[in-house]
Amino acid sequence: MTGFILSKLLRAFITLLLTVSLVFIFIRFSGDPAAAMAPPDAPQEVIDQYAEKLGLDKPLWVQYTNYLGQIFRGDFGHSVDSGRSSVSLFLDRLPATLYLGGFSLLIALTVGISLGTVAALNRGNFLDRGVMAFSVFAFAMPNFLFGLAVILIGALGFQTYLGGQGASISWVGVLPPALTLGLASTGSYARFSRSSLLETINKPFLLAAEARGISRTRRLIFHAMPNAAIPLVTLIGLSLGGLIAGSVVTEQVFAWPGVGQLLVRSVATRDIATVQFIVLAIAGTMVVANLLVDFLYLIIDPRIRVQ
Amino acid sequence: MKNTNAAILELSNVGIGLPLGADRQWAVRDVSLTILPQQTLCLVGESGSGKSVIAQAIMGILPSALPLKEGKIKLLGKDIPKQRSPNFNLLRSVKMGMVFQDAVASLNPIKKVGHQLEEILLVHGVSRKERKSRVLKMLSAVLLPNPESAYRSYPHEMSGGQAQRIVIAGALLLNPSLLIADEPTTALDVTTQAEILELITKLKIEFNTSVLFITHDFGVVSEVGDQIAVMKDGKILEQGSVKNVLKNPQNEYTRSLLKAANLDTSKKKLKETEEILKADNISLTYKKGFFFNQTKFKAVQKVSLSLTAGSTLAVVGESGSGKSSLAKCLLRLEKTNSGKIYYRGKDITDLKGAHLKNFRSKVQVVLQDPFGALDPRFKIIDAIAEGPIIHGSSWNEANSRAIEMLSLVGLTPQSAERYPQEFSGGQRQRICIARALIMRPEVLIADEAVSALDVSIQVKILDLFEDLQKRLGFAMIFITHDLHVAAAISDSVIVMKDGRVVESGQTSSVFMNPQAKYTKMLISSAPGYQGGEVL
Repeated sequence: MTGFILSKLLRAFITLLLTVSLVFIFIRFSGDPAAAMAPPDAPQEVIDQYAEKLGLDKPLWVQYTNYLGQIFRGDFGHSVDSGRSSVSLFLDRLPATLYLGGFSLLIALTVGISLGTVAALNRGNFLDRGVMAFSVFAFAMPNFLFGLAVILIGALGFQTYLGGQGASISWVGVLPPALTLGLASTGSYARFSRSSLLETINKPFLLAAEARGISRTRRLIFHAMPNAAIPLVTLIGLSLGGLIAGSVVTEQVFAWPGVGQLLVRSVATRDIATVQFIVLAIAGTMVVANLLVDFLYLIIDPRIRVQ
Repeated sequence: MKNTNAAILELSNVGIGLPLGADRQWAVRDVSLTILPQQTLCLVGESGSGKSVIAQAIMGILPSALPLKEGKIKLLGKDIPKQRSPNFNLLRSVKMGMVFQDAVASLNPIKKVGHQLEEILLVHGVSRKERKSRVLKMLSAVLLPNPESAYRSYPHEMSGGQAQRIVIAGALLLNPSLLIADEPTTALDVTTQAEILELITKLKIEFNTSVLFITHDFGVVSEVGDQIAVMKDGKILEQGSVKNVLKNPQNEYTRSLLKAANLDTSKKKLKETEEILKADNISLTYKKGFFFNQTKFKAVQKVSLSLTAGSTLAVVGESGSGKSSLAKCLLRLEKTNSGKIYYRGKDITDLKGAHLKNFRSKVQVVLQDPFGALDPRFKIIDAIAEGPIIHGSSWNEANSRAIEMLSLVGLTPQSAERYPQEFSGGQRQRICIARALIMRPEVLIADEAVSALDVSIQVKILDLFEDLQKRLGFAMIFITHDLHVAAAISDSVIVMKDGRVVESGQTSSVFMNPQAKYTKMLISSAPGYQGGEVL
């Protein structure tokens, strides 16, 4: 048990270290950072000055260890644009993204799992087919297209502009982008919960439960559903991990003031410190979410505990 | 009030339909059975005979594709409705309890077994206080050594035997008049099987219940049965008291099944010829996990064996004894951690490349599950001819030899163009044998090659192995958990437990005069064993 937890923690640490190193390599190879920071028409001497100031004249491995040291001290650099630390820029935007992501996950979970359950219980008839057709539509639909369609419908049908509330975050304003963002995962949750529930329903222990006189409702709620939920946890973990990275396109379409928008803007202005920190934060949430899923399995599936 | 003479269960002319397009119109037809108080009726038949369908019909859990069309089922003098009915199910579960073949699978994997048993009392309105004490009492009645800890266990933490005790406890919790047991010991090792059979017999008296016992094994029938009904293709061929039917079977089919169940070592004698395959103190350890949670499992520990040309060596043991791991080592599919393997005197332990490929053609394998062992997208001829083609035969030559092999194993040449799904289990095993023998191996390793088959098919496949061995002269290593099979086919035998060899020698002397305590126990727990003679 402690061995299990320790090995999972070690794995998470190694993954993070690899990510940090890869980010370093990619940024070094994507061009000279000093040239990127200097004004476009700056003479070579100015660029060299920048390089010296940033420590770029030192050998690569010294740069790498310095970089690691900075990261372990929590120093992720400053935005060249505004001069603020990249962490504070990120934290400013984080609530909006979490609000949008959380809302869309809530929609995907409730709608997706209910649809999947309905489909599984009506296997083969029109309800099942309808749900399956919807789920194919849902994850085949690109969210930039669906988002535009939502805005269009709002404007033409209801004379309301849904395409962005500026910097304000509101309960009504979050619905259109959350629907757009949640559509694809609603489809996969529907499909996944349907097949998981169908598989569980055909297990011998449910037949045995019927033979013991346990009613259909009770068999479904107390026996089939908890077992069918186990594989869903992995999917929920992936969704949680993608909470920050997943909304880049949707935030652009709806002008949502979140991390995704910041990322796009930072890339456009070649704000390396900010891009670097956002990439690390995205990787970090993925690793932490996976770690949470692993530990959650310990709680919900007793079979994992003995291994 | 139980009337001592009235039947507990009465089936009259029961007919259950099969869906359109099945190989026959009726799953079972004209089935009439009577179970009297405190009696055990054994329903015997091979797979597909319809015996489990009858159990499901009585229990009211027939799948909707199999409707109860004809006849009547009376429980304690009352008609059972033909359709699945939720209200009646609750009532019915008070009067009948059911035990399934795979006990672990018939329990919810993520709930503690104590809570699962309590749930049965809960849905029948028993108060919270009373529930736990009744469950614990029941757990000690099924002779679980520590009822309190069993109550708190999850199904996967139990052995197959312990889980079956839990399921039996659940079935008897409401003190039913009838216990239905559908192949309850088939998935268990012989020693555990003996304990469970003893337990069912004991509880039958203690709880004053009748038993409908479904099995394919005559040894089991002779241990537990009062009455017997033999089924084939949905019909009852013969029924009567166990004593009469086993001693004096009237039906030809019953006789053939009984013959298959005999422990007969008279056929074989060890020939002294040259040694072809030899293992010298080989060990295999499996490692699992990553860094901190690495665990080691010693599957094979210092096993030695010797196989002479043209002879058959049986490797006998219960599940987990390491017999399949041993086969993988001998086939060079697993790398041994220590010890040496010799083939015709040559050390092959670390063979590589072309030498290993050459060795592979000399040692072939037939596996347990004939359904999983054939690629469903390969035609039979392609599956059989694949080996020779890989080893350099031309396509034409390989194909014509594949057709020859088909007739050698008793299949028609027309089978060549068909796919595995079109064949029965026994036929598929013939295909697997053809696929192994086309390589002209000197050693054939059969890993539980007849365990998945029905008894009457088993006999035919064993005969086929023997016949082919006489004609082609290969040596065989026959891995099995079934003492009957080992006795029927082998010249010599090794008995394995926990990865080690506990006894080895000539088959007749090991079975007639076992030395190791474990071998003695294994032989005496074989169902139907009564002092020196089985059946």
